[in-house]
Amino acid sequence: MLWAVVAIPAMMGLAAMLPSAKPVRRALLLLGALGHSGMVAWLCVRGVGDVGDAWIALDAPGELFLAITSALFLAAAVYAVGYLRKEAGQATHDEVEGFLFYNEPEAVFVGCLLLFLATMSLVCLSQHLGLLWVAVEATTLASAPLISFHRHHRSLEATWKYLLICSVGIALALLGIFFLATAGRGHVHSLTMHSLLSVASTMDPAWLKAAFILLLVGYGTKMGLAPMHTWLPDAHSESPSIVSALLSGALLNCAFLGLLRGHAILTAAGLGHFSGDLLVLFGLLSMGAAAVFLIRQSDYKRMLAYSSIEHMGILALGVGVGGLAGVGAMLHAVNHSMTKGLLFLAAGNLLAAYRTKNVQDVRGLLKVIPITGCLWVAGFLAITGSPPFGLFLSELTILKGMLDGGRWAVAVAYLLALGVIFVAMARIILPMAFGSPPAAMMTDSAAERRRQPAWAVIPPLALGAVVLVLGLTVPAPLWQLLRQAAATIGAQ
Amino acid sequence: MQILPEMLVMLLLLTDLRLLSSSRIAACIQTVVLQAILLACMTLAASWGHLTLEVMGVVLSTVLVKGLLLPWLLRRATREAGVSREVQPFVGFTASVLIGGLLLGLCFVISRPLQQAAPAGSAVLLIPGAMFTILTGLFIIVSRRNALTQVLGYLAMENGVYAFGASLAVEEPMLVEMGILLDMFVAVFVMGIVIYHINREFDHIETDRLSVLKD
Amino acid sequence: MTTVASILHVLLALVLAPLLLGIVNRTKAKFAGRRGQPLLQAYYDLAKLFRKGAVYSRTTTWVFRAGPTVGLSAVIVALAIVPLGGLPGLGAFSGDVILLAYVLGLMRFMTVLAALDTGSSFEGMGASREVQFSLLAEPALLLALAALAVCAKSLSLSDIYGLLYAGEPAHVAPAAVMVAAVLLMVLLAENARIPVDDPNTHLELTMIHEVMVLDHGGVDLGFIQYGASLKLWVFSALLVGVALPLRTGQPILDLLLGVGGVFAVAVLVGVIESTMARLRLVRVPQMLVVANVLAIIAILWALR
Repeated sequence: MLWAVVAIPAMMGLAAMLPSAKPVRRALLLLGALGHSGMVAWLCVRGVGDVGDAWIALDAPGELFLAITSALFLAAAVYAVGYLRKEAGQATHDEVEGFLFYNEPEAVFVGCLLLFLATMSLVCLSQHLGLLWVAVEATTLASAPLISFHRHHRSLEATWKYLLICSVGIALALLGIFFLATAGRGHVHSLTMHSLLSVASTMDPAWLKAAFILLLVGYGTKMGLAPMHTWLPDAHSESPSIVSALLSGALLNCAFLGLLRGHAILTAAGLGHFSGDLLVLFGLLSMGAAAVFLIRQSDYKRMLAYSSIEHMGILALGVGVGGLAGVGAMLHAVNHSMTKGLLFLAAGNLLAAYRTKNVQDVRGLLKVIPITGCLWVAGFLAITGSPPFGLFLSELTILKGMLDGGRWAVAVAYLLALGVIFVAMARIILPMAFGSPPAAMMTDSAAERRRQPAWAVIPPLALGAVVLVLGLTVPAPLWQLLRQAAATIGAQ
Repeated sequence: MQILPEMLVMLLLLTDLRLLSSSRIAACIQTVVLQAILLACMTLAASWGHLTLEVMGVVLSTVLVKGLLLPWLLRRATREAGVSREVQPFVGFTASVLIGGLLLGLCFVISRPLQQAAPAGSAVLLIPGAMFTILTGLFIIVSRRNALTQVLGYLAMENGVYAFGASLAVEEPMLVEMGILLDMFVAVFVMGIVIYHINREFDHIETDRLSVLKD
Repeated sequence: MTTVASILHVLLALVLAPLLLGIVNRTKAKFAGRRGQPLLQAYYDLAKLFRKGAVYSRTTTWVFRAGPTVGLSAVIVALAIVPLGGLPGLGAFSGDVILLAYVLGLMRFMTVLAALDTGSSFEGMGASREVQFSLLAEPALLLALAALAVCAKSLSLSDIYGLLYAGEPAHVAPAAVMVAAVLLMVLLAENARIPVDDPNTHLELTMIHEVMVLDHGGVDLGFIQYGASLKLWVFSALLVGVALPLRTGQPILDLLLGVGGVFAVAVLVGVIESTMARLRLVRVPQMLVVANVLAIIAILWALR
């Protein structure tokens, strides 16, 4: 039954690659997304059972991340159908340098989008670390063609960096997995989480530590932790907005899940403080790096990318501190994915209207495209952790966890970074929303550009609603799931 | 201590040195093929005496994918892209070899704590040898400007990781093994496609000129 | 018995060394499909040179005259301490590893000084190249011998070679393979053989060793050529001891095996010279750096 979650999008993806009419292909995309989310919803209602020694099983963190991925993909797919209809066909003008370029064939784009979903689902379901690695590497390969949808030199540069840096990073993670396999001092054990956790306490500490460092560098690269984050801003700024939303909201989480599996094993071996401290260190580094790059950022898609680095840092930090902060980190993963999806889709609308990624040239959003403008401001408030949105709650929970654990220095650094980032992002986003719009935007000839079709505003609105609800109340079953997830990964 | 695994790792080290010092892409491709064959031998040597059908399958597919398919793809890419057949390093060959020597020393130092708890029966050289192969690959990726050479560096790195897994005969099911090989194959395939597009867009594949995107 | 065999080794080396050049040339001739010069040509050349007097330029000093003599005596000292396989050297003592490296260094130093003493820019160029390459070849030799010293846990060259294969071969073999490769590369570089230098060429752009001895004549040139053949013997003996793991325990048998091995090395050098092209001058240091790195690998492995 679990295989269907992977198989449905994979089959749809392969079918989309076959030559067929454009409406059929777009229908396949929607069908794949709907089928997937239907399956996932059913699995969520059924709840998680005993995992056992199976390779493919659904445990609490897997279910959580799978649900996030599925929901975000559904929103992105709805948006994508309209987007593809708009983009289809002839050559497009580049918004920065003005040259003409062609898009990638739609068959490849839609096919890879669905395969991307399939590989990410496999990551969430894998209980075998080898299989998990294969799936994570497959996400890189499936998403690389998505980044170069607009075939021009900048997107190719971004794709090349993404492919090379992530593949190299992931190769180190594979070495880490081999280290885990040899850490048993000659005892043969399989690489499923179940058997690794059961023998963890007899494993050699030196090998375990080395294994975790390699996993941290490997999956950390994919997850965008500083200083291995260099591919992330390039890939997010050059890919189409739906792809950026998926990369940021779903893919980074999947890489994080790989890291969490390693953390769980080290915790079971009694080395939780070692891996936890490393996670805290890299988390703070990422928040610091993001804060530095966010000041004076002039490209709003790159700004969102750095914000993703910041939030990945918060996730690592929360899990590293453990306790209540671990639960908070799980909640934060949900909130961040939804908010970042909202923001990237809104950024796509911005780009379509203003045809520039430069912050200086975007003014008067609220007057030009009011709905997207409101979404943009709401998204800003949400992503910087202002009430009443969900991120406020999760960031506060993480802070509470830190103070409970007596990590005062960490808490101060965390608050400092959050403060700097709030100011930096406010200085970028608020002038964009208010101010007087450029004259060219208010003319009648730009009316077509100002029009915001339903497909472009409903998905981000829906995501925004989820974040808002999560800020007001966390449903008891979700809270239960978060606790369970934090316990499974050893963060409690 | 057995002589055969030890010698195989020694040979792997020699291929790394060749990778660092050779100036032609064709020679580098050949070296990576040589590494693939060494890896297959390591797998065989590790499970000598209890050869199963599964091990044979792994060995065969390793040779097939790493020794035949990948070099074929790379040679095709060299031809198609019509690129210069020189490696074009940022760091000279002599300096590369010297840095290689330093890296190797480093590998011996950092592998010392791991060595004490190493599984019995593995080659003494294995841990530093595999690490050195990985570091060689990394060094080639950062020190060569030709995109194809960077792919070669990635392959060398993968070979290093694989050498570790192969000699320790890590309890790995066939399916995962195949998955890893398939991923590698697709990775090189996708990289080849991107190189093709980069070549069409820029008329060269020198990655140091891919530098528009930065902060 | 061992001492007698060692004395015999020195005597045999003194007599047979020029034959090595003959073997190398004969091998090359066979590869090229020629009949080649007689095996004993080196002896005829030496006999001719020893009958002649030397002509000295007025600009040279005593350094120029001392060069060949000191060089020859240095290499004879080296010959006296070098072991041949399991057979110890005649004057072996603890620490003679260092002495060996330094008497060989002294020989080169005197040749270089004598070349500089002529004041010819041409010879100065050769001297500069020789020094540049030996700057890399010498550490490679020392590192290789150090690796063996670590393996055998001794500082006497004869002990090292005697004990090298005494234990289990698996403990030494990987290091020994590396060291043999290093010694072969150093041998080719130090004896001006083909990938590094072509002993037959007289092109000023490429010559290294030959250019330094252009001003020597008669007995002096004879000394230099005889010294060169002895040097080839010394390096071959070092190589044979590592590459040939046979230790019979019978001194005479060891001696015969060793001499056979030395001749085999000469054939190998001939094969390399016929099958390889000369490296570009800028690539030579790279080869020697590789040799150094290999030696370091051997040491690291031995220390592990």
